[in-house]
Amino acid sequence: MAVKALSDYNFPAADTQDKFHGNQLLYVGWDDHLMFCAPFAYCLPPETKFSELVEKHLPHSYSRHPDWAQVDFSKAVWLKSGQPFQPDMNKTLAEQGLRHKDALRLQTPGLNGNGTYF
Amino acid sequence: MDMKTTKKKLGLKEKYAHMTRGLGWETSYQPMDKVFPQATFEGIKIHDWDKWEDPFRLTMDAYWKYQAEKERKLYAVLDAFAQNNGHLGITDARYLNAVKLFLSGISPLEYVAHRGFAAAGRNFPGVGPRVACLMQSIDEVRHAQTQIHALSNYNKFYEGFHAGATHQIERVWYLSVPKSFFDDAFSAGPFEWMIAIGFSFEYVLTNLLFVPFMSGAAYNGDMATVTFGFSAQSDEARHMTLGLECIKFMLEQDPDNLPIVQKWIDKWAWRGVRVLTLVAMMMDYMLPKRVMSWKEAWEIYFEQNGGALFNDLAKYGIKVPECLTQCSIDKEHISHQAWCTFYQYAHASAFHTWLPNAEEMDWLSAKYPNTFDKYYRPRYEQWREMADKGERFYNNTLPMLCQVCQIPMVFTEPDDPTKICYRESEYQGEKYHTCSDGCQHIFDDEPEKYIQAWLPVHQIYQGNCFPEGTDPTAEGFDPMLKVLEWYHIQNGKDNLDYEGSGDQANFAAWRGMATQNT
Repeated sequence: MAVKALSDYNFPAADTQDKFHGNQLLYVGWDDHLMFCAPFAYCLPPETKFSELVEKHLPHSYSRHPDWAQVDFSKAVWLKSGQPFQPDMNKTLAEQGLRHKDALRLQTPGLNGNGTYF
Repeated sequence: MDMKTTKKKLGLKEKYAHMTRGLGWETSYQPMDKVFPQATFEGIKIHDWDKWEDPFRLTMDAYWKYQAEKERKLYAVLDAFAQNNGHLGITDARYLNAVKLFLSGISPLEYVAHRGFAAAGRNFPGVGPRVACLMQSIDEVRHAQTQIHALSNYNKFYEGFHAGATHQIERVWYLSVPKSFFDDAFSAGPFEWMIAIGFSFEYVLTNLLFVPFMSGAAYNGDMATVTFGFSAQSDEARHMTLGLECIKFMLEQDPDNLPIVQKWIDKWAWRGVRVLTLVAMMMDYMLPKRVMSWKEAWEIYFEQNGGALFNDLAKYGIKVPECLTQCSIDKEHISHQAWCTFYQYAHASAFHTWLPNAEEMDWLSAKYPNTFDKYYRPRYEQWREMADKGERFYNNTLPMLCQVCQIPMVFTEPDDPTKICYRESEYQGEKYHTCSDGCQHIFDDEPEKYIQAWLPVHQIYQGNCFPEGTDPTAEGFDPMLKVLEWYHIQNGKDNLDYEGSGDQANFAAWRGMATQNT
């Protein structure tokens, strides 16, 4: 339903990709690990390889968790917008169709802070 | 020869009529609907503004008299508090972080409420609500001022009080939550404003805001804040009455108003509940001496008192807000989820956080038997272990935010407290994420509005949150430090853990001097 207003109500979105200096936003959450209170927002060039995300950016955020060292990315399950997603480590974000403001969930079965969801 | 006047003074009733209803007039140079364009576009139909029952018979001259009297008393107590080093009588300097949160998150809202009620008073054609809105508008600006004055004494002694009420509300990430709440209301029409602030906030939720803060102040020896609370109490009673009168008036004027009013109640109950997450956290974690748990407060002030209110409104066809089921689940979680958030982002906040001690965790276990030991105690214990090793956990990456409430996406699925709740919408080819069904519903109803949201995390990434002249390409550029500078948060003083803070050391030293010779 449209906003009721006195005149035409049409204003630009605040966070379109063109405002991020050549980067795009990518959200990543690690399921069952609530030591990190919320999923993360990354601001990355679309040319970023998925392997770089996994080897550089995610460890920067997550490596203080005792489970992180045990994550086996060959067995990890990924969701994009809640649907199964199979990333290609050698492709860039853009090449595998990850759009600005896509949300990924990383699932690492068997790892859940020793059952505490920490 | 002297002229004889029939009566020396007007009777109360006459005076009241002249000083309120008698102040209105029908415009003649311009048609009324051009002078009051905001009164119709929202779809609310009003047939007879004279049917407005004045909820409190107060004229302006009486208003000045009462308020002046109250403020003389308030300032006398504030002076006494300051002159007697009242700040040393509080339970523990940890308490002051609740006060900092109040000053930065609530006092600026009083000021926006002042502006909003002034605008509503201007935009309603009816004289009754105009006068009522005028008085509430003045109340709100007084509250902003008296709160800032009452708390300014602490600024002489403690960190983090210097920019809260003015500068930080426009900038700091967690303050965008209350700020955007009021911006949302203020940018709506006057009727929605009245439901949003006058009814939902001032009537349904106000007890959950003021009672915890004021009782918390009393329990923790903060006489300055208590006195402010007493001073504001009679005003708050009037605000509640106005909110209720306004909703009844809308519903009695035309049956077509019901679905619009119901939609606003649903929306603003949820928006308000999300903002109150900050209060929940304050009650359960920030008061060294606790009043009651958030869950208990919710049950008394919302489920019981609010339930009675909605029973009363049922005769108009109003139903309880649709978020109620979700709220009954959330009451066992949100305070813990919020404190976990501020614990790990304490380096980016203008107040200190800390881990609850053993006794406090036992209190939380007792108050939250269904959730605390199962979900939250293990987190605190593991963070404690890290802190004891000298590795206190600070989260180094910016969080994903909800597009509507602007809170980081910390809330969990209604049926599974171990899974973060993700909701996604698409509008004009762009993705938007929300933290809950409630926020998603609000987004989907008016996407044009929420796509404009000033989300702090996105603004930082766009480069809009650094001091002027900052060069992000310069060597050694630290975005986090630059953002803190732009926030006017003094790194190492206002932020980080309470353990090891200047507040902790100074309070201990000064209190020591006040109670012993060495």
